[in-house]
Amino acid sequence: MSAGDDGMRTATEAPDGGPVLRLESVRKTYGRGTVVLRDVDLEVAPHTVTALIGASGSGKSTLLRCANLLEEIDDGAIFLDGEEITDPRVDEDAVRRRIGIVFQAYNLFPHMTVLDNITLAPRRVHGVPRAEAEARAHELLERLGLGGRAGEYPDRLSGGQQQRVAIVRALAGRPRLLLLDEITAALDPELVGEVLGVVRDLKEEGMTMVIATHEMGFAREVADQVCFLDGGVVLERGTAGQVFGDPQHGRTRQFLERIIAAGRL
Amino acid sequence: MTYVQDALEKADDGYLPSARRLERERFKRTRARRATALAALSTLVTGAVLFLVITRSPGWPRTRATFFSAEYARKALPKVLEGLLLNLKLLVVCGAAVLVIGLLLAIARTLRGPVFFPLRALATAYTDFFRGLPLIICLLMVVFGVPALRLQGVTTDPVVLGGSALVLTYSAYVAEVFRAGIESVHPSQRAAARSLGLSSGQALRHVVLPQAVRRVVPPLLNDLVSLQKDTGLVSIAGAVDAVYAAQIIAGKDFNYTPYVVAGLVFVALTIPMTRFTDWVTARMDRRRAQGGTV
Repeated sequence: MSAGDDGMRTATEAPDGGPVLRLESVRKTYGRGTVVLRDVDLEVAPHTVTALIGASGSGKSTLLRCANLLEEIDDGAIFLDGEEITDPRVDEDAVRRRIGIVFQAYNLFPHMTVLDNITLAPRRVHGVPRAEAEARAHELLERLGLGGRAGEYPDRLSGGQQQRVAIVRALAGRPRLLLLDEITAALDPELVGEVLGVVRDLKEEGMTMVIATHEMGFAREVADQVCFLDGGVVLERGTAGQVFGDPQHGRTRQFLERIIAAGRL
Repeated sequence: MTYVQDALEKADDGYLPSARRLERERFKRTRARRATALAALSTLVTGAVLFLVITRSPGWPRTRATFFSAEYARKALPKVLEGLLLNLKLLVVCGAAVLVIGLLLAIARTLRGPVFFPLRALATAYTDFFRGLPLIICLLMVVFGVPALRLQGVTTDPVVLGGSALVLTYSAYVAEVFRAGIESVHPSQRAAARSLGLSSGQALRHVVLPQAVRRVVPPLLNDLVSLQKDTGLVSIAGAVDAVYAAQIIAGKDFNYTPYVVAGLVFVALTIPMTRFTDWVTARMDRRRAQGGTV
């Protein structure tokens, strides 16, 4: 599925393929002055994959949650297709309809079948007729190797299957941008592969994605742009080759060395 | 502007809010003010309409004299408050008994294994019966039926009997609340406790019940508020509580103002309880909250 031909674009979108997502001096604090994101700038070009790497607590998840307006930023601005979405006058629900997000813990609705999980938003939010929504759900499930699972409840599926259902659920709304928040962190190594394979396929199809991940090998392989976050600051950014091959910053080198020592790169 | 000032005082990294942020917050403040004004206005209008409809109704002067007479209210208040003491005593004693018996019933119902079948069946039959039996009928049967047996050594005190009837009924309700709580604790919690070598009873006592009770605090307090009002029903047994005190005065002159006074006193008593419930619930929510503004 090409991300561009689905009619989800807005009138304000830059026609020349300007960035899909842009963060400008984003600042986010929690509670009593804990700064989670400090002056973060980021640009995500159409049909590219951006990987956010960094230790736990470096702000990767918060950045994704802010981009989906699940968290309110303190300062700065976030643009989707050139339109500022952090403006309080903007309808948050309309913005979220254009962004898909997949969480580490799947967050599938346990009281609904796989099919109902997937068709909930298309039917209730996008007003797609049931038959059409279900046809698309079946098609996506088939493509992600989950054909025949539509009638099951999430608890009956393995972690990898659940996470793939969560990806299908995020894709069902034909999002402009897909955010993946450490989607393999809760999976055992055998299941990691099947989920990352799906992400690889989505990249082939031209999906614009931002991925927070601890899978360095995967980030290196799939990402067009890699950002290293440390203490809420983007310390280093560049192509995968630059950041992994020739890190400029001491902290980045230290982080990568630890990862290598742990045998994860 | 306190929000931005807060952020400034907190910032230790030389952060200064941008013009964009200031504008954003100005807009949000304006919007909040507009929403508040609109809400206040609509409340005012609704109140005014209600007031006019009631005071303009043809029977209003008569109603006011019968239900809202200041003179009768003054006369009734001391007696009603005196009677209220009985309601409060009943609430404390019955409330404690209900919690204990309800919890025991709930535990009896959740026991597994064939050995406990009689206990389980008994507890189930009890809750089925007393949850279905209307409180007023339970009260009448206990209050007038038990003395009619003329058993030696059994009290005929209407307060004790009325209180017993309340405990009988409310224990059944509360038992079901507790049971819902116990069953909502995930089986893996029990498995984890048993895996550490805790006995079934220890697992219940130290792992399952603390989580279960915490979860059912709001519905429990709800039942407690309900019990507080229903203590007024012991008046049918002839115990002089707030409601009966009102009835005595009302009966003399066919003026119902004392009832209204008693009603308001009960409401006044319930409100702190309700706010307490809200506070407890909010505190638990905050503890469990994991951030997010949605």
